[in-house]
Amino acid sequence: MSVLILVEHKKGSLVKASLNVINAASKMAAQMGCGYNLAVIGSGVGAAVAAVKNVGATKIYVADDAKLSNYLDESWADVLTAIAKASGAKAVVGLASTQGKAVLPRVAAKLDAGMASEVSGITDNLHFMRPVYAGNLNAEVEITTEIKVASIRGTAFEPIPAGAEAAVENVAVSIDPNAYRKKFVKMDEVVSDRPPLTEARIVVSFGRGIKAKENIPIVERLADTLKAAIGATRVVVDAGMIHNDYQVGQTGKVVAPDLYIAIGMSGAIQHLAGMKDSKVIVAINKDEEAPIFQVADYGIVADLFQAVPEMTDKIQAIKNA
Amino acid sequence: MKILVTCKQVPDPEIKIKLNADGSGISTDGLKFVVNPFDEIANEEALRIKEKLGGEVVVCGIGAKDIATQIRSCLAMGSDRGIHVVTDAKLDSDSVAAILQKVVDKEKPDLVLMGKQAVDDDMAQAAQILADKLSYPQAMYASKIEINGNAAVIVREVDGGLETVEVTLPALVTADLRLNEPRYASLPNIMKAKKKPMDEMTPADLGVTPAPKVRVVKLVAPEARKAGVIVKTVDELVNKLFNEAKVI
Repeated sequence: MSVLILVEHKKGSLVKASLNVINAASKMAAQMGCGYNLAVIGSGVGAAVAAVKNVGATKIYVADDAKLSNYLDESWADVLTAIAKASGAKAVVGLASTQGKAVLPRVAAKLDAGMASEVSGITDNLHFMRPVYAGNLNAEVEITTEIKVASIRGTAFEPIPAGAEAAVENVAVSIDPNAYRKKFVKMDEVVSDRPPLTEARIVVSFGRGIKAKENIPIVERLADTLKAAIGATRVVVDAGMIHNDYQVGQTGKVVAPDLYIAIGMSGAIQHLAGMKDSKVIVAINKDEEAPIFQVADYGIVADLFQAVPEMTDKIQAIKNA
Repeated sequence: MKILVTCKQVPDPEIKIKLNADGSGISTDGLKFVVNPFDEIANEEALRIKEKLGGEVVVCGIGAKDIATQIRSCLAMGSDRGIHVVTDAKLDSDSVAAILQKVVDKEKPDLVLMGKQAVDDDMAQAAQILADKLSYPQAMYASKIEINGNAAVIVREVDGGLETVEVTLPALVTADLRLNEPRYASLPNIMKAKKKPMDEMTPADLGVTPAPKVRVVKLVAPEARKAGVIVKTVDELVNKLFNEAKVI
């Protein structure tokens, strides 16, 4: 019996939130009275394997094969299922990312297992806590099958501390990538010098109050001063002002930074679902009735076009001093 | 081109959901139900594909008697016929997928289009489980779908950017927000929808006995954030962030 964790990486470099998933999985393993193993799947994944070598896992199953050079949900699901069976996994978990959420239900189907998505807590009796209704409520769910599958919210757990070194086992990959009736065509990556939204310590986020794309530099300047990531509401993404990769909310990314600065946004429940677990929330909005103020630790009723540049200058001045 | 679209009834996402008095479920006071917004986008996309290539759009909903209203609203948008799998059972994603699998076996669509998630339980699993049961290729979170003969090229909204994949039909695709903006049903079309065919059947008729693998034990209200302070000036705000919250 063991817990298996799908370690997410991007072209071989570890997606940091995987460490938070390993931590969540280690808690499950402790309750089940067993150890945990990692699965690293892809082509040229050496760096990712090295990055999770010392986190207390028993074994790292490495499926490193040219047949896996292009990511497909289907091939990942087959390889992960094979590793789960070979390792006697009674639980399979991964990050609640667009990748984890696409792959893990397929794995659950193959293992005839129940699955909980976007898990934000684990109870003492191995039930799973997860947000429902855009985070308005939390559900406690029980998976009644022998094998349990879960996608984990990285923001809900701390990263796993360093631990014992794992043994590495290379896994022979027997899939036929042409058998899936699916071809990877291309990936258009969003290129940014800023920290990734889901990993940033500070997020500067904006909504429709920004009015036009031309005004976004106001937000960018504050983000640069704070070395922060940029986030956005659905409305501004829909309006084409910024790429969808920046959307925070129920149907976008979930973040929980130390500081979340919400600029010119009303605070729709769907947006709050993606940021309300931030440690400190600042709201800047000229409408004092905006619901965002109800979740903000610090609010200022002001015109963002004046307040944000002023705030940027003052922070810069203090940093320079 | 035959497209099967799914339609789930969800509480209106604009209404703030609250616990009921004894905490056993959600309060139904003032609650209104709508088609899951992502299913509406899937339905719209199916109609656009049909308008271009011809064919048929079939809408399937699973649930109690009253969800027929939601299937009818998909028909009012222009879909051709409905399938209502009538059940009062509490279903999980796996049992929904098991039922849909039988519907697909029966209907043999070229494409199954679903919303990327339902905005009530946010599980986002039924589509992937269904794709796996059917051994279909899947393309989740589509922001663009282009049909080329027996293939579909799909642009997907994924972490870090946009990924393009090509799937051979039949395939399963889920709709993301930016795929399209669903049309409003016109009054004549709402009237017409009332006469469109709707097949009613039970899971048993399809040979499925739902056996949920996931059970909701209880719902709890999340801890509310403590009320914050409203500051008067930017100076005060910056000062508090540096010296009180110590987050900068």
